[in-house]
Amino acid sequence: MNSVNPIKRGYLYLEAWFNYSFGPEWNPLYHLGTLTFFFFWVVLVSGIYLFIFFDTSLGGAYASVEYLTHEQWYLGGVMRSLHRYASDAAIMTILLHMFREFALDRYRGFRWYSWVTGVPTLWFVITLGITGYWLVWDELGLYIAVLSSLLMDALPIVSGSMASNFLEGQLTDRFFTLMGFLHLLGQPVLLVFVLWIHVKRLSHVEISAPRGLAIGSFLALLALSLASPAVSHAPADLRKVPAELNLDWFYLNIYPLLDTLTAGQTWMITIGITFFLMLMPWLPRKKTGEAAKVHLDECNGCGQCAVDCPFDAIRVQARTDNARWEFEVAVDDGLCAACGICVGSCHSSNPFRRSNKSLETGIDMPQFPIDEVRTRTGEALAELQGDDKVLVIGCEHALDVEQFKTQNVAVLNLICTGMMPPTLVEYALKQGADGVFVTGCRKGDCYYRYGNVWMDKRFEGLRKPVLRERADRSRIRVYRAAETDQKKLLKELAGFQRHLADTRPEKTGANRA
Amino acid sequence: MLSPKRLVLQIFNYGIFMALVWYFSFAPPYIRLDPDQAMITLSISHAGELVADCRQLSPEELAKLPPNMRLGTSCDRERSPVDLEISLDGDSVFRTTAEPPGLYKDQGVDIYHSIKVPTGTKQMLVKMNDNIRVKGPTFTHEQEITLEPAQLLTIQFSTSTGQFVVK
Repeated sequence: MNSVNPIKRGYLYLEAWFNYSFGPEWNPLYHLGTLTFFFFWVVLVSGIYLFIFFDTSLGGAYASVEYLTHEQWYLGGVMRSLHRYASDAAIMTILLHMFREFALDRYRGFRWYSWVTGVPTLWFVITLGITGYWLVWDELGLYIAVLSSLLMDALPIVSGSMASNFLEGQLTDRFFTLMGFLHLLGQPVLLVFVLWIHVKRLSHVEISAPRGLAIGSFLALLALSLASPAVSHAPADLRKVPAELNLDWFYLNIYPLLDTLTAGQTWMITIGITFFLMLMPWLPRKKTGEAAKVHLDECNGCGQCAVDCPFDAIRVQARTDNARWEFEVAVDDGLCAACGICVGSCHSSNPFRRSNKSLETGIDMPQFPIDEVRTRTGEALAELQGDDKVLVIGCEHALDVEQFKTQNVAVLNLICTGMMPPTLVEYALKQGADGVFVTGCRKGDCYYRYGNVWMDKRFEGLRKPVLRERADRSRIRVYRAAETDQKKLLKELAGFQRHLADTRPEKTGANRA
Repeated sequence: MLSPKRLVLQIFNYGIFMALVWYFSFAPPYIRLDPDQAMITLSISHAGELVADCRQLSPEELAKLPPNMRLGTSCDRERSPVDLEISLDGDSVFRTTAEPPGLYKDQGVDIYHSIKVPTGTKQMLVKMNDNIRVKGPTFTHEQEITLEPAQLLTIQFSTSTGQFVVK
């Protein structure tokens, strides 16, 4: 527990607080991506409404926004406020999303792609917000227009001075209409494309926030919109400089830099930060384990591993070995996260098979083959002494279970608990364990996205391969725990052992075998 | 079913989140100009004079050229940098030298710069040199200006009239 770095520890406490407040199903920290998508939906719907009344001309833009804000405050004003606050909330959730991946070390190794494509996504969202503020054409809009133009003028691709367009007598509707087109169509379409790239290497991508969380977030946005409606600055006046500006710091934080730095220096800082963020997955690099290997002799091509793979690394293809099966699976090493979830999906991973010889399965992890999992399980159980013997099964990315090893508690650390075929639990019970205690990443969270989700579903009989009905559930306990949950887990484990003691065959007359 | 305790906790958490969203959506305010400041923005698009006059080619030089290229003169494309200085009451508040862009330094320069200045009445002098062969300014403009708080005074240059336009 002491090895947990302070950032991760702080994050895990925050996550625990939200679990306490919302429960794992609605914990916003587990749904930052889908919550961002939800805020985008609010922005889109409110934006469409605003567009109906918005005048895209230089002379009419401000007046149309004022009409919406004041005369039609009950709907147009609320829509405008929702549009603004949902946009700001989206930046908050994106920043939290980035912080979470960083704190939990989920941005390096096989995750480099999502991180690297996420950074420009943030900039796309910010530029979308900038053009939005521009369109209001108040003092703030003018300020943004002039300084954005200065930034553009500093690029060698732009000839002439774009900023000079915003001097009195120079500005025309054409330029303003271009901004309208960018904000209303060009940038949103581009953003959808960028988001698609961002999630390209994932499977089972969720873009809908849980209903309860979505409703709560919307009500909170609505309450804020009614309590403090978004308003404009004074109308843009090309002969005046706004002395005081109420900047939206989520989107416009870069502009004050231009009052002290040149546009070139501001670009250098922005590009520097961007490159630093994009290089972070290699500072230092994190090695991903060896990719899963398919053993065609044991693979019947059922495709369950391909369905379960959270990283879209397994595909089903036509058989290449003339076996009697129609299909086989193949692993894309470049996409494989080496989580081992596919091993847990494979029916051939059943440890009761080939008891006298090496256990081979259809798809296996070279660094921790299923045969070794079975062997270690047997060895660990063989060392146990006393009553109420428990096998604790954990994973490499949650609370380290080694510390719970005692005379009557054996431990088995898997890459991910999703790697565990449900039959391994039955096997452990058959081999002498009185109970099996499964832990791993917290409920609602998994280092490999779906490992604990699939495992729970397999135990509940909702996903193949299922834990059989005959397995004695009273001797199986699942309790998820992060690195900071040591005390809670110890308490739960002690409770489980007490339960096993209370249900010993000599007390109940039952036969555990 | 949501328990009352969770409901209260969730309202509290949403409240914190929305308070942060609300506050940073407009605060803290950014003070761009002090109450006693105005701004002068200089926006000039102007091409400097050619660095050298056109030169008459000698008969030998003409003979080396293809017949259809035998114009009598050769003109260097490079233009002069543009020097600009603004003074208020005799104090220089802005000075720059803009090199002409382009591979052959043959294009016009664009200067756009804003300066924060104190309000009040001042004697403004704008000097520009666009010819490297001339010492001292080639264009000047002197004017008494009165700047109000938050006023934006723009200085432009009309190449056709050769005069500064102050608005």
